[in-house]
Amino acid sequence: MAERVLMKGNEAIAEAAIRAGCKHYFGYPITPQTEIAAYMAKKMPKIGGVFLQAESEIASINMVYGAAAAGVRVMTSSSSPGISLKAEGLSYIAGSDIPALVVNVQRGGPGLGGIQPSQSDYFQATKGGGHGDYRMIVLAPASVQEMASLTIKGFNLADKYQMTSMILADGTIGQMMEPITFEDAEIENYEKPWALTGTNCERKHNIVNSLYLKPEELEVKNFERYEKYKAIEENEAMWEEYMMEDAKYCVVAFGIAARVAKNAVVAARNEGIKVGLIRPITLWPFPQKAIKEAADKVNGFISVELSMGQMIEDIRLYTESKKPVALCNRCGGMIVSPDEVLQSIKNAEKGVF
Amino acid sequence: MEHKRLTLFAGHYGSGKTNIAVNYALLLASEGKKVCIADLDIVNPYFRTKDSAEVLEKAGVELVSPQFANTNVDLPALPAKAYKLVTDKKTYGIMDIGGDDRGAYALGRYVPSIKEENNYRLVFVANCYRPLTRTPEDALEVMREIEAACKLNFTDIINNSNLGEETTADTVLASQDYIKKLSEISGLPVFAHTAVSSVAEKLKGKLDPVISLDLQKKLF
Repeated sequence: MAERVLMKGNEAIAEAAIRAGCKHYFGYPITPQTEIAAYMAKKMPKIGGVFLQAESEIASINMVYGAAAAGVRVMTSSSSPGISLKAEGLSYIAGSDIPALVVNVQRGGPGLGGIQPSQSDYFQATKGGGHGDYRMIVLAPASVQEMASLTIKGFNLADKYQMTSMILADGTIGQMMEPITFEDAEIENYEKPWALTGTNCERKHNIVNSLYLKPEELEVKNFERYEKYKAIEENEAMWEEYMMEDAKYCVVAFGIAARVAKNAVVAARNEGIKVGLIRPITLWPFPQKAIKEAADKVNGFISVELSMGQMIEDIRLYTESKKPVALCNRCGGMIVSPDEVLQSIKNAEKGVF
Repeated sequence: MEHKRLTLFAGHYGSGKTNIAVNYALLLASEGKKVCIADLDIVNPYFRTKDSAEVLEKAGVELVSPQFANTNVDLPALPAKAYKLVTDKKTYGIMDIGGDDRGAYALGRYVPSIKEENNYRLVFVANCYRPLTRTPEDALEVMREIEAACKLNFTDIINNSNLGEETTADTVLASQDYIKKLSEISGLPVFAHTAVSSVAEKLKGKLDPVISLDLQKKLF
């Protein structure tokens, strides 16, 4: 049997990053993700890496920008308000087409909000946050094991497509403890001929920059980038389907909400209600295909979210409004209960959306 | 099992201090003792003693926890009432101390009184399946950091080696070499082993003593 250890979600991210070859961490503490920084502070000096607590979130994302330009695997982590501060840097990194990993262990908002778990940064992660036309690959773990495996996947995808991968977790998965293994980790390595590694006077120098003096060139750059995004939408969407074969109703939920929803699906099945679950693992690219196919089969959808309803807009978009979509939600740091989800499923069966 | 008037649980974060403190408090209460438990965790605002408020109240255990525990206020302040544990010598006191050296600083203010009374146990909670205390040497390093922070030396070790829901009797038995080595290099006795009640059943006759743990119900 593979060696198993008991880890907190936040620690699993840090350990997975180190195993993926990340030797550069820049961050600033904020609850509920501080264990990532604490783990890095303890481990990085022992492996010859860099742990640096920057003077602010803005400084830390720009340190990530610099290290990424030099071609090393680099990451930062924060929680909701801290990610807002990093937004400018995220846009610059996107505009420079360089890879980085950014972790958001979400807490309640808006504003300073609270420290309890939330999923209300879905819009910020999948639709922008920073300025300009850009995307980030957004991965939504639903277990401590996935905190580790999606961190490694995130580094791989970031290098493959020269862009930012974001781990969009929440306070509960960050703090909860589960046994995990690292032995299945598949670490991919990519050449980085664009990196600023010094020319040694042997090649033309590289430039990493997001400023374009000619609008014609900037437009072409955006066109090229969107070709890349299109390929990612076609090839990289990940999701889990649970009891969808004969389902008449489809619950859609990610992260911690998906775990609660799964318990409710089991409870509803025990009462004879044919309901299934689609759990998006990538939030961008959104699993459009799974939702589109389900829209032709089921009578309606229930979006379970720890927000005022953000992913529900994507569900409506990709069902092309063919079927009704209900919202079952809590917010502000509160977690939806299996009973609340079960009630929504029962309402859907009665045609109440 | 002989109990001291004060039992203090400290250790690496995520080692299981809170669960053990709560279950130990319930154990003492079940023996008819007057018990008070204090949550001294100034580090982690998630998964706290206060989550068990209902079961503690039912067992007649008094709970002292920071005013803002389980709210959105991430304020590392302790209630004045926590002094009751060192001053009220008719009650068995249990302190749940925050993780690592950072958490242990909070204990320092009570240490002069604790030393003066000299009827305490400072228990190091060990789990060999936690990655930063994977070897006895790593665990000893954490012990020394905590002792330096709270200015009190450990007196005992409790073996809480577990893999969460995957824990079996073998999981606990496989930790024996580790815990013996930790006991040897630290010079401290192993006060007890722990396991969730279903696993504790299976350890009967193999390990002694075993404190049986009841954990909170999970919704996800």
